[in-house]
Amino acid sequence: MATPENKLAFDGGWEYDPAPESTDHVNIKKRYGLFINGEFVAPEKGKYFDTVNPATEEKICRVAEGTEADIDKAVKAAREAYQTSWGRMKPAERGKYIYRIARIMQERAREFSVIESLDGGKPIRESRDVDIPLAAAHFFYYAGWADKLEYAFPGRKAKSLGVAGQVIPWNFPLLMAAWKIAPAIACGNTVVLKPAETTPLTALKLAEVIADAGLPPGVVNIVTGAGAAGAAVVQHPDVDKVAFTGSTNVGRSIQKALAGTNKKYTLELGGKAANIIFADAAIDQAVEGIVNGIFFNQGHVCCAGSRLLVQESVADEVIAKLKDRMETLIVGDPLDKNTDIGAINSLMQLEKVQSYLKIGKAEGAEMHQSSCRVPKKGYWCRPTIFTGVSQSNRVVQEEIFGPVLAIQTFRREDEAIIKANNTPYGLSGGVWTDKGSKIFKMTQDMRAGVVWANTFNKFDPTSPFGGYKESGVGREGGLHGLDAYVKLGA
Amino acid sequence: MAKQNERIAVAKTYKIYIGGKFPRTESGRYFTLEDGEGNVIANMCRGSRKDFRNAVVAARNAQSGWAKTSAYLRGQILYRIAEMLEGRREQFVAELKLQGSTKRAAEKEVDQSIDRLIYFAGWADKYQQVFSSVNPVASSHFNFSVLEPTGVVAMLTPDESSLLGMISNLAPAIAGGNTCIALASESMPLCAISFAEVLHASDVPGGVVNILTGLRSELTSQFASHMDVNAVIYCDASEAVAKTVQELAADNIKHVIGRDRVDWNSDAENPYMIRDTQEVKTTWHPIGT
Repeated sequence: MATPENKLAFDGGWEYDPAPESTDHVNIKKRYGLFINGEFVAPEKGKYFDTVNPATEEKICRVAEGTEADIDKAVKAAREAYQTSWGRMKPAERGKYIYRIARIMQERAREFSVIESLDGGKPIRESRDVDIPLAAAHFFYYAGWADKLEYAFPGRKAKSLGVAGQVIPWNFPLLMAAWKIAPAIACGNTVVLKPAETTPLTALKLAEVIADAGLPPGVVNIVTGAGAAGAAVVQHPDVDKVAFTGSTNVGRSIQKALAGTNKKYTLELGGKAANIIFADAAIDQAVEGIVNGIFFNQGHVCCAGSRLLVQESVADEVIAKLKDRMETLIVGDPLDKNTDIGAINSLMQLEKVQSYLKIGKAEGAEMHQSSCRVPKKGYWCRPTIFTGVSQSNRVVQEEIFGPVLAIQTFRREDEAIIKANNTPYGLSGGVWTDKGSKIFKMTQDMRAGVVWANTFNKFDPTSPFGGYKESGVGREGGLHGLDAYVKLGA
Repeated sequence: MAKQNERIAVAKTYKIYIGGKFPRTESGRYFTLEDGEGNVIANMCRGSRKDFRNAVVAARNAQSGWAKTSAYLRGQILYRIAEMLEGRREQFVAELKLQGSTKRAAEKEVDQSIDRLIYFAGWADKYQQVFSSVNPVASSHFNFSVLEPTGVVAMLTPDESSLLGMISNLAPAIAGGNTCIALASESMPLCAISFAEVLHASDVPGGVVNILTGLRSELTSQFASHMDVNAVIYCDASEAVAKTVQELAADNIKHVIGRDRVDWNSDAENPYMIRDTQEVKTTWHPIGT
């Protein structure tokens, strides 16, 4: 906790009382089937798996383990819906259905927030203020595009593709489902979505919303399961389009698997963003930006600012302020409204993060962690920084996907750019300076798809998102996000 | 046999084009180009994997400079290429005829090639306005998305449309600020190398366009798999070749652009061909005091 030397020790040694969000208004069934053709059905092989609260290691409920046969059923339902209802519907009516989804999600937002935090471990403050409102906003935004596609592609006629197979990650479970489903169905496609194994619940609640909104059966199918189910979605011969968000390694294998199939695909993959702090930046704001960049959502963010590049003349000051700020971060119960950093999403991910802490130290970097207490049960990682790293260190080159920041220094702008661009990734980046012309120089020279200047980790349905280089192919969000779900004809 | 006193024509050595220079293939190998009657037209460089790697280095080195060249200047340089090609029209017609085209078809192809360059020259400072956006985000930020070149583009250009097809792939890529390595038509490679001479005389910086001749069967996998190439374009590939390209391209998540069954006469003039080799970059900045 706060020490007297810490300039941010405003709490005078007092601790926050618990302020947990209530859970009594939340409906979670004991067991969930697969959402296929408008209803929840039992999986063909009859298998279910537990979904676990990573903050308590307790089982929340059981979820169906979809297999190839279930995926096949879902794709058939989606094809049927595409041919008989959704693909033929007047675009304006399609849009109205999607607006309904957005409105019902807004009505049930708090329930979604609580479930998201229970199932995935993220702080309620984030699920309540970021994930769920943004997910609803995505549906609202794309609903309006349904009958306006002719204005999105000048000189071209946009046609739907057919059945979209979508595989999403566990870091923003509902938001990723919204990013995938909303533009797909707005453009007239139907969907088979496979949520991540560790965070299936909000997608299943979304299935309820979709049913409540009265969408024709089969337009959206949600099949939970493990990696094999995801592979079955990607490989199904009657899927016209594959959308994947996840690691670069899996993305690569998907791109290979799709070779020779004529399926369209978008891949939103890993990142290792540089957050560049210049001496002339507003330092206190920049420190907040660093914290938001790497500790937001426990660092389980593909666009996280996981590399700090700080100008040498202010490096000591920035690192000292960062350490002070890290001490004030509250790690613990995701449902507590005061919590800054929640639980690591799964045991597997915790082990991965811990292995990188070992690697970092073994490579000779100096590790510093906040001294905060963490709960005894559950999966936790204290906010961590590495200093004294070099460009070739694995903690600088590889995506850790946890609350772990690698700090390097630079003297000149061009040095910062060279270091920033020197990874195989190119998803995002950040720059902090008070000088406008420098902002434009740096943001232009960074080879990354999303660049934040004097801010970080901001998202919006109207704002295209996606990576350069090995961070992926295609964009999601905004007008540019429509492209992934249409074919353009003359 | 030439008569005494008759002037002996000087035949051209067709080399390859890398980094603004015309080297022979480092491999020292060749393949023979023959006319319909089996007469040797030329010994072409049989480009190697190493030539390709050298070309990628040249293209990468030229990349950031070309990407930063103003759109206006890129447009003027493309226009300049067209001017130079117009000036050499007869040479290209003759080469196409030598490789089996009728006079009429050859003239049409050269004329269209010139016009295609003009077409994309005009797009150089316009596609950005068509495809970029200011995004009305809900928070207090200024947010905009612009196109940027994806980087180094490797292209397996069409075999049958050896000049027009190649230019239809090159022009949109370089208009958009990319640098390229093109594999020329294997069966009709003459114009590609002569076109390199046109490029060389057109203020196109060395390395922006690199052109190799060689065997497609040997070089396709190199074009698709190189880890410092950002996008690969294949034209008129068989299913098996397309699959191979797509598989190898995944090694570093390349953009893969298949241009099969394209009618290069009528279906290759649109800004979406530029967009194919562009990335979208979105920039956020707070609005405040």
